[in-house]
Amino acid sequence: MLGTALGAQLALGPHSTGQPTVTSLAVANPGSLIQSVDWVAIAPPLIAAVAALAVLVTDLFLPARHKKLLGRLTAAGLALALVSLLSLTGGGPRGTFCVRDTGTDAQNAGCSYVADHFALVFQLLALGGALIAALLSMHTVDEEAPGGGSAAGLPRGEYWFLLLSSATGAALLPAARDLATLVVALEVASLPAFALVALRRDGRGAEAALKFFLSSVTATAVMLLGVGFVYAASGSLHLALIGHGLDGVPGQLKPLAEAGAVLTLVGFAFKVAAAPFHFWVPDTYTGAPLPVAGYLSVVGKAAGLAGLALVTTIAFRPYAHTWGLALAVLAAVTMTVGNVGALRQRFDTSYSAVRLLAWSSVGQAGYLLVPLAAAGYAPTGTDPLGATAAYALIYGVVNLGAFGVVAAVGRRAGTRVDDFRGLFARRRWTALALAFFLLCLAGLPPGVVGLFGKVVVFRAAVDSGLGWLAVVMAVNVVIALYYYLLWTARLFAPAADGGKAAETAPEPRLPASLAATLGLTASAAVVLSAAPQLVLQVAGGTLF
Amino acid sequence: MNAVLIALLALPLLGAALTLAPVFGTDPAVADRRALRLNTVLTGAVLVLTVALAAGFDHDEPARMQATTDVSWIPAIGVRFHLGVDGVSLPLIVLTSLLTFLCALYSERRLPSGEHVPSARAFTGLFLLLETGMLATFAVLDLVLFFLAFEIVLIPMYFLIARWGSGAKVPAANRFILYTLLGSAVMLLGFLLVGSKAGTFDMQALAAAHGSGLSHTTQVIAALAIMIGLAVKAPAWPLHSWLPDAHTAAPTVGSVLLAGVLLKMGTYGLVRVLLPVVPDGTATLAPYLGAFAAVGIVYGSLVCLALARSGAKGDLKRLIAYSSVGHMGFVLLGIASLTPVGVNGALFANIAHGLITGLLFFVVGTLKDRYGTADLDTLAGSTGAALYGRAPRIGALLAFAAVASLGLPGLAGFWGELLAMFGAFDPAEGLSRPAFVTYMVLAGLGTLLTAAYLLIVVKRVCMGDPKQPAPVPELADLRPYEAVSWTPLAALTLLAGLWPALLLGLSDPAVKHLLGGG
Repeated sequence: MLGTALGAQLALGPHSTGQPTVTSLAVANPGSLIQSVDWVAIAPPLIAAVAALAVLVTDLFLPARHKKLLGRLTAAGLALALVSLLSLTGGGPRGTFCVRDTGTDAQNAGCSYVADHFALVFQLLALGGALIAALLSMHTVDEEAPGGGSAAGLPRGEYWFLLLSSATGAALLPAARDLATLVVALEVASLPAFALVALRRDGRGAEAALKFFLSSVTATAVMLLGVGFVYAASGSLHLALIGHGLDGVPGQLKPLAEAGAVLTLVGFAFKVAAAPFHFWVPDTYTGAPLPVAGYLSVVGKAAGLAGLALVTTIAFRPYAHTWGLALAVLAAVTMTVGNVGALRQRFDTSYSAVRLLAWSSVGQAGYLLVPLAAAGYAPTGTDPLGATAAYALIYGVVNLGAFGVVAAVGRRAGTRVDDFRGLFARRRWTALALAFFLLCLAGLPPGVVGLFGKVVVFRAAVDSGLGWLAVVMAVNVVIALYYYLLWTARLFAPAADGGKAAETAPEPRLPASLAATLGLTASAAVVLSAAPQLVLQVAGGTLF
Repeated sequence: MNAVLIALLALPLLGAALTLAPVFGTDPAVADRRALRLNTVLTGAVLVLTVALAAGFDHDEPARMQATTDVSWIPAIGVRFHLGVDGVSLPLIVLTSLLTFLCALYSERRLPSGEHVPSARAFTGLFLLLETGMLATFAVLDLVLFFLAFEIVLIPMYFLIARWGSGAKVPAANRFILYTLLGSAVMLLGFLLVGSKAGTFDMQALAAAHGSGLSHTTQVIAALAIMIGLAVKAPAWPLHSWLPDAHTAAPTVGSVLLAGVLLKMGTYGLVRVLLPVVPDGTATLAPYLGAFAAVGIVYGSLVCLALARSGAKGDLKRLIAYSSVGHMGFVLLGIASLTPVGVNGALFANIAHGLITGLLFFVVGTLKDRYGTADLDTLAGSTGAALYGRAPRIGALLAFAAVASLGLPGLAGFWGELLAMFGAFDPAEGLSRPAFVTYMVLAGLGTLLTAAYLLIVVKRVCMGDPKQPAPVPELADLRPYEAVSWTPLAALTLLAGLWPALLLGLSDPAVKHLLGGG
């Protein structure tokens, strides 16, 4: 029944003009539309989605004093989703929701959902990042819960539900292989994020959410227009088939296809906060609850990057040189704007710590775009995308760690970088952890893993002949070092005169969830520094 | 696998990690003393290991890599944990562990203290991390590892200058780290280009290929990038401007290690990487390197001469820093000649500069401690500081180091610069002889100027009227710990001057091998 219904729908689809060919295709073989679903392959986003619903329902029945359990339930759900990734490693790519008779012999070309290495790596990043963000959130949510002291509190059930929903979208996106699924996944990742940013109902939260919402919705609108154009020109929504179709686009449709490609890319550029679409970042991060800012900086960015990578390298393959150059310029501008913005950030103003991290995340997005640009120039057989994946994983760990320390140090809103002065004397291990994260972000030993992350990105650029981009990036690494180092030096500086009294007063213990987050991220960063192979292996081979 | 070389790197690294652990007790003063003792013990152990390494070194085959370890570390990007020593790196490793041990010994008694100076535990941790990086630079045989080792030294040295230094220390430290990082980032691009085109980062494999398989354009671009990166570190004129500030602001041990070891990392890289890996590119760029070297020699000496004049408010540490620019110019000139003679001279001058300038910075640092300033005019007063009369042993050591630095025959400074100039007199085939002879003449002029300013310094600091009113009434002469930490340097300066074959015998076969002749 489903088959016939879909068949009828297809017959009335956009390309159907009532000609018998289309109709007969659908009617003659309706069985091709009924298929078994590979539940194992879709398990990671599915588990996150089920957990989201479970949290929402449980929230209704849970008495207020037990609401703490919701956070644990969220973390457990994300952990389970991460575990489900394990069963997918090792084997070949697994596709599901496939259309047969695609006209190409490429494997999984007609599938809407493919769990290949690329998908797994970015799902690991999305779910892992969400898990760390959830651990970070536990303390924030408990502290700011309604009745928990703060008037503008965070509603618990909604918070966890939104976080899990967004994570579901971010986990679905890297496996999506058609434009419709891609857009839906991107929106599933973004829409809850607006609400997350706005959850803290003070003036800043609302402003932050509005900025985020408007820029993101504009991006979506632009992207949808682009997707429409591309579909019109190539006749397919499946990425692999678009790539196939764009090769043979008739002359009069070519401008349409190109405009569609450009608009789609612009939409994704908004999502990864590439310059000149980065303006929302610092304001949104400062207004959002700190864990949400960390989540956006890692998972939100990863989702955008994954989408960008999929669309460019698979769908728009025939235009490789064009988008290669465009992405290279975008990368250069983004890293420069981000780093110069961070350089201009004063250390003594309110919220300067988060703003600095926000600008730095814009700069880091520039580095992440470099291998994508290189993919446009790379000779066949090499795959620079692995460098982006490896760098994104490294960045995810250390950036969330840095956000964790900011959350631990600045319990009150509006932490300044200057508040970190003399942290080493007060909280030895927290200060050391932050110093390590910052040096990883800067890419300087002892943050060895950050250094190798930069090395693989540089290598991708040099291997593809993008020497100028590598030089721009080298200059940017030096600029970035300056502000990371100033912050690091603040940690070990003697406390300001006013801090004498604070120094003698014993610092309250770190809440367990924050300590766990910091321990987790810091030990991950240390282990990866000793054995970079663990993460760099994704940069070694091909991801698709 | 060679346990000695790995232990050499692992020992200080573990020591640095240990300083983070709460094992020093709760009383800050006791903890500081214990930390400094740990520093001395560990650097001493490293020195013993180095001596064992040198003793076990097969002196009949200095061109062969010995004590090698070669295991895969990051297969994804083809990085191998490849270590080894040959006749080029062995002397530098010995110099490094000797200088770090002497510095540790010295700092146990003479660590800058004050209200805002961090604990000695932090110092120990950074110092040991610094030693790891320095030793690793000379021991690794993989380009990416070389880059990693190059970067390891930056953070510890930054904090040594910024937290234990004096004067405008933070700007100086910032300038130091930004300059060198920019240099090493550019150098990394060169390495990656080589690795991308040649398919390996292994220095031995690349040296064996001797540039075959790399097009001329690739070689020139890679050589340019690598040369710029290393020239910042060396430093070559005009990329030297971080150096005087860093040396002036750094604490004594920081200056000693900066001049004694960190600068050598740049010139060592030129010999180890540039000459064998991209020979054609190097040959194209060598005349420019030679020109910059010659300008550096003259420029360094002229600045020193200006600083040494009376009334110039010259800082003695700054003066020695600029003299390093001149001396490293000789090293670069020797390398640029691309001849075995010149490169041997460069390596010899490298070691000699490490010994002599290390000694000079020790002595000058002590003077700064005692007088509270290193300003030459304040020290000298109207007639001269009269160290011969007031602190004869320190005066004698300063005079000894100064004449060694100006290249008196019989002391270490002589051979390296002579050979470097000799190399420039008869450069390798394909290089313009007239140009290099011009550089040699400029270098010769530089030696005269060097002699002039060092003798002026000796005259103004060591001689004079002991009766004239001085900034400090009583000047303590050489203290025992100072004698212990300086004598080895003076003795080795004399030894290297009298028996140059000790070093040249080691480096010559290895250099010929690297230049592709043997």
